[in-house]
Amino acid sequence: MKVLVGIKRTIDANVKVRVKADGTGVETANVKMTINPFCEIAIEEAVRMKEAGIAEEIVVVTAGPEEARQTLMTALAIGADRAVHVVAEQDIQPLAVAKVLKAVVEQELPGLVILGKQAIDDDSNQTGQMLAALLGWPQATFASKVTLGDGEAEVTREIDGGLETLTIKLPAVVTTDLRLNEPRYASLPNIMKAKKKPIDTKTVEEWGVDAAPRLEILNVTAPPKREAGVMVENVAELVDKLQNEAKVL
Amino acid sequence: MASLVVAEHDNIELKRATRHAVTAASQLEGEVHILVAGAESADVAAAAAAVAGVTKVLHADDAAYGHGLAENLAPLIAGLAESYDYLLACATTAGKNVMPRVAALLDVAQISEISEVVSADTFVRPTYAGNAMVTVRSTDARKVITVRATAFDAAAPDGGSAAVETISGAGDQGLSRFERHELSVSVRPELTSADIVVSGGRGMQSGKNFPLVEAVADRLGAAVGASRAAVDAGYVPNDYQVGQTGKVVAPNLYIAVGISGAIQHLAGMKDSKVIVAINKDEEAPIFQISDYGLVADLFKALPELAEELDKQNISKN
Repeated sequence: MKVLVGIKRTIDANVKVRVKADGTGVETANVKMTINPFCEIAIEEAVRMKEAGIAEEIVVVTAGPEEARQTLMTALAIGADRAVHVVAEQDIQPLAVAKVLKAVVEQELPGLVILGKQAIDDDSNQTGQMLAALLGWPQATFASKVTLGDGEAEVTREIDGGLETLTIKLPAVVTTDLRLNEPRYASLPNIMKAKKKPIDTKTVEEWGVDAAPRLEILNVTAPPKREAGVMVENVAELVDKLQNEAKVL
Repeated sequence: MASLVVAEHDNIELKRATRHAVTAASQLEGEVHILVAGAESADVAAAAAAVAGVTKVLHADDAAYGHGLAENLAPLIAGLAESYDYLLACATTAGKNVMPRVAALLDVAQISEISEVVSADTFVRPTYAGNAMVTVRSTDARKVITVRATAFDAAAPDGGSAAVETISGAGDQGLSRFERHELSVSVRPELTSADIVVSGGRGMQSGKNFPLVEAVADRLGAAVGASRAAVDAGYVPNDYQVGQTGKVVAPNLYIAVGISGAIQHLAGMKDSKVIVAINKDEEAPIFQISDYGLVADLFKALPELAEELDKQNISKN
């Protein structure tokens, strides 16, 4: 079975994001960029399926600017076999990404698509569900365990009250949650090997997808800042403050 | 035209999350209706009809809707969209699962996890773990929205007397089936609606030490949460997770124990009314946003805190 993994390049999770003074977005100049952590989990899962002999080939896809090629290289170093780079210079929103992925799916015909549940930049948590809808495929979001069977998959999902297990028909879309796996570090030989793996590069227009944004960004602001309060000396003082000053006990 | 709020429920009880979404919907033009799609869910429909401000309840009762499977629910919701300007759900795992599927079926964007209604087509939503608040204007004719519960008070559970209209949908799409649940059984309040939350982080060192947090939580009638680091390390299940990729909470009192204050954790709790941090590292970033900070070894401080609550007669049991 062929597994397709969609990934996104985002600002590194450890970077303290700063809103631009003109309110048009966040500072990205000289900011460390990396693969979205949930996408890294998606690649790892596909690589484990390949190592287990379930997946034959892993194709990794991204829709994004020129620089997103770097992110594809990371995925290839972890173990994807080849990459598709759909070049989009403008802001590309989840519905458009889902349409791009649909076009790639129709060309590649994978048996399973794995995506991260959410990108840590815009926090939308939409693309996997939208792709499944556009393809008319089942979806298993927020997966913490995926077991592939004959023509179907059993997926355990992280839900608000605990866990839920579903059986979905294949082909299907799965989105990853935190505990699905712990991604490996790419080894140096694999990083070298990745450089020789093929990357198919075409623009979003060449893929025939209308990627016009549906949400117009009017303004970006920093949230109200929370001021640091006081330090207390001991537990007794803490309880006293909570009871008599903050009045929350 | 009107708004349709997709009810969250377990076929027995209408979840509070629904009422937060009703409040967001009531800030938009037109009537507010609720869709209850479930199996043997008449009690839920009755509860929905009683929610203040709701004028109509659509009730689809079919085994196919009993477990909230997105494949079955999304076509039902999308099929009702013609009569509505707005389709809303709370941004719970259920809402997040189904609503983008609805949006794609309608070929519209979803506006995720709004924290403010600015106007009929303009909304504020948090991005970058709440570090950049974006005001977006939707250019789509129909708007699919998920609502951040902590930004909208829950509508009153009573006072309404909406008519309940029975509807039917296409039912089972044959793409997926529910196997089983493993729901956390807890006598404590639910994280997202608790008045007080006590959370443990990496500093707890092991899941075996979480009873120290629980002892304090139980004295306060509080929910127990955790940082992603604690979940990552396997100390507690993921449904304890407070943060960007977990739950967003805004209780009256949030006590963070052994939590350094990573950006992604702050995203889930920084709107709490009063924040207390207990950490042995005085440089921990959590102290920069806490109202009361205590630099202490949590293995000493937590038992002391439990004892002090007893001594001051604050303990609830």
